[in-house]
Amino acid sequence: MPNTVATDGIVSGRLNNATLKDNFSDLHPKLDDHEALVAADRCYFCYDAPCMEACPTSIDIPLFIRQISTGTADASANTIFSQNILGGMCARVCPTETLCEEVCVRETAEGKPVEIGRLQRYATDGLMAKGQQPFVRAASTGKSVAVVGAGPAGLSCAHRLAVLGHDVVIYDARPKGGGLNEFGIAAYKSVDGFAQQELDWLLSIGGITMQYGKILGADITLEQLQVDHDAVFLGMGLGGVNGLDIEGSDKDNVLDAVSFIADLRQASDLIKLPIGKHVVVIGGGMTAIDAGVQAKLLGALDVSIVYRRGKENMSASVFEQELATSKGVRIIYNAQPVRVTGNGAAAGIEFAYTQTVDGKLALTGESFTLQADQIFKAIGQTIEGVPGALKIENRKISVTGTGRTSLDGVWAGGDCALGGDDLTVTAVAEGRDAAIDIHTSLIDGTSSKKEL
Amino acid sequence: MADLTSNFIGIKSPNPFWLASAPPTDKEYNVRRAYEAGWGGVVWKTLGEAGPPVVNVNGPRYGAVWGADRRLLGLNNIELITDRPLEVNLREIKSVKRDYPDRALIVSLMVPCEEQAWKNILAEIEDTGADGIELNFGCPHGMAERGMGSAVGQVPEYIEMVTRWCKQYSRMPCIVKLTPNITDVRMPAQAALAGGADAVSLINTINSITSVNLDIFAPEPTIDGKGAHGGYCGPAVKPIALNMVAEIARDPITANLPISGIGGITTWRDAAEFMVMGAGNVQVCTAAMTYGFKVVEEMISGLSQWMDEKQISDVADIVGRAVPNTSDWQHLNLNYIAKAKIDEDLCIKCGRCYAVCEDTSHQAILMSDDRVFSVNDDECVACNLCVNVCPVEGCISLEQMAAGTTDPRTGTVVSDVKADWTTHPNNPSVTAAE
Repeated sequence: MPNTVATDGIVSGRLNNATLKDNFSDLHPKLDDHEALVAADRCYFCYDAPCMEACPTSIDIPLFIRQISTGTADASANTIFSQNILGGMCARVCPTETLCEEVCVRETAEGKPVEIGRLQRYATDGLMAKGQQPFVRAASTGKSVAVVGAGPAGLSCAHRLAVLGHDVVIYDARPKGGGLNEFGIAAYKSVDGFAQQELDWLLSIGGITMQYGKILGADITLEQLQVDHDAVFLGMGLGGVNGLDIEGSDKDNVLDAVSFIADLRQASDLIKLPIGKHVVVIGGGMTAIDAGVQAKLLGALDVSIVYRRGKENMSASVFEQELATSKGVRIIYNAQPVRVTGNGAAAGIEFAYTQTVDGKLALTGESFTLQADQIFKAIGQTIEGVPGALKIENRKISVTGTGRTSLDGVWAGGDCALGGDDLTVTAVAEGRDAAIDIHTSLIDGTSSKKEL
Repeated sequence: MADLTSNFIGIKSPNPFWLASAPPTDKEYNVRRAYEAGWGGVVWKTLGEAGPPVVNVNGPRYGAVWGADRRLLGLNNIELITDRPLEVNLREIKSVKRDYPDRALIVSLMVPCEEQAWKNILAEIEDTGADGIELNFGCPHGMAERGMGSAVGQVPEYIEMVTRWCKQYSRMPCIVKLTPNITDVRMPAQAALAGGADAVSLINTINSITSVNLDIFAPEPTIDGKGAHGGYCGPAVKPIALNMVAEIARDPITANLPISGIGGITTWRDAAEFMVMGAGNVQVCTAAMTYGFKVVEEMISGLSQWMDEKQISDVADIVGRAVPNTSDWQHLNLNYIAKAKIDEDLCIKCGRCYAVCEDTSHQAILMSDDRVFSVNDDECVACNLCVNVCPVEGCISLEQMAAGTTDPRTGTVVSDVKADWTTHPNNPSVTAAE
């Protein structure tokens, strides 16, 4: 008898292939030509546009939308890519509802912003589908830059450096590139292998060599990179996860949400991917939402996301929270885990209700227990393998200005660097800006050393 | 409840909405559907003289200009007069008129400028029982090349001559349809009046090329690699048509000449605007060709509601109501001083008012660091551009300054005495009173 949502334990094939295909289809499909024209026409071409201010990469949004509306989507894509070479992925994963679309004047006017994200996807998908690379490399500078990490920050940095004529080597710990774009985003936000397509397209600029399976601190060292290259950019993200330090957290099936998300993204056949019947996700960020929603879409009977603070504190946007609840995921606020129960493997998890008193989290004294045969921890990631010579601040690499670290000739950006907000688009901006600073330093021969 | 019954030059119809002479009125099938849909009258598509009918192109006849969401704003056409035999049209006209005696049925005509040709066809039209004729002196393409249509409408002497023939050889009311492709529309209107016309109708279509195909470098619509100018109509031409109607309504010579208003009428509001500007009724084509005949229902209900709100019961009472207020620039009150005011609560902070005023006008709008927009009265000339570009209706308005207050831009005290250019000291043609 085939498995169903009611089957006990952690099993695969709870849903049939057709349902899975539907569940994991594109969250926001590409606009067709007419839809794009209608959507583009809603843009008021604001002066000193608030959307542009809100975009971490400062894409000229009014201009790219006007270019769509006048039938020149390729020019529109160029406008986007000139600021954000990962504009295709950002169009899919940016929390636009808290960035450009939140400040859109039509959101103010009607509560219905211009669909900036989907228009961006329309333009970028069009040019990428043609296989066109909108940039041409400058004459070679003879300089070589090492980039650690093939995620959004590293790729953005590498591409800009390549455009400026430098040779780049990207070292990545994984067997393939893309970073969180490939391993860390809900599958329904990046369907049909888009992350790899985008990577291939980005690399078509030339001058970028990929070195996969190279772990910083094990296979490569910062010291050697500094010797082998003229500059180094660190964009390796957060490789570790925070531990759940409660009784029973060592029981079987208490897992990291990031691993689950990565496994799901890499799965060739979702029907073979096992999922629990009663799933509990601990955390309040995008990782918690991505894990919870996908657990539900795989066929878990019930999924609860439990967050220790209130709804307003959750770092996942209201849109993401509503997406989760619309898929049947329950979100419980103001509860923190106390102990995992079960005989060897997790069977349940006890929570204590919290409240905020004078700005501090306190327990109310009440508690409850959820049935749980699979528990995903999504309580934050942490940096791993930082070379000892680098100054660390707030558990991240300390940087100033455009990503300059405490070491001369070493820059950092993306999630591993101080500042930013752990968004793809922010990582892209930091990688790009570091590249420009690296370029200036290499060409001018000026020291990148900054007082820290 | 307003009474929309219309009496235009003695031709009665249940409402003032007629379909203009055009493809929608080319044959019995369409006209019956139009009457069933509620249209008050129809001007049958232009008939030519007996014999082999004209032929139309077999490629595209229409070109278009679109706005947002592909909303049709302008349409042009290169279609000719009816391409069906005269006797077929006459038979159908007779049949339709017999079945719809309460609806207006006017027949549009265009034959060569020969007295006998007009005499012949007029007799045949009278036989059908049609209510009147409309002389097509407006068609700007194809027929004009053969000395008809706008080729007649551009020569006032021809208009007068042909109109006179029509009144001489027919007892039917005669409407002269004017072309806008002239410099001063009052001249052909005066000629029509001199020839004895009962009314004029306007405008016919405007010479136009709607767009150019940038792949094959040819105008649209393109036929076998070539394009020709066509006649433009639809919402885009309404302002031009309204002005021409006003010109004739205001001309002392033609002030009492009835006008059938045509040109981009799409809603009841457009119709009402033409009528208060002097049109006794209106004719519609593009709206029907865009949305089908059903649009007349909205025109009827809308005009009716508005008249009720204005407590006007008879459509005749709205005709010409705006004519006395339509003046010339030199008579506008230069002592009327206004300033733009921005309603901060309605403002959505798009900044378009700022961009256009700063870049293209008077630098009279201020923008704060937190995007609060305000008007600098020291610079504002009340040009209205900010009002026009603001996407929020009612957010920016022009407010009149009270008499006795001082205009900070000029430092002068606002006067409550009207003063216009005709008496202004800067006007070189003003002779100072000695």
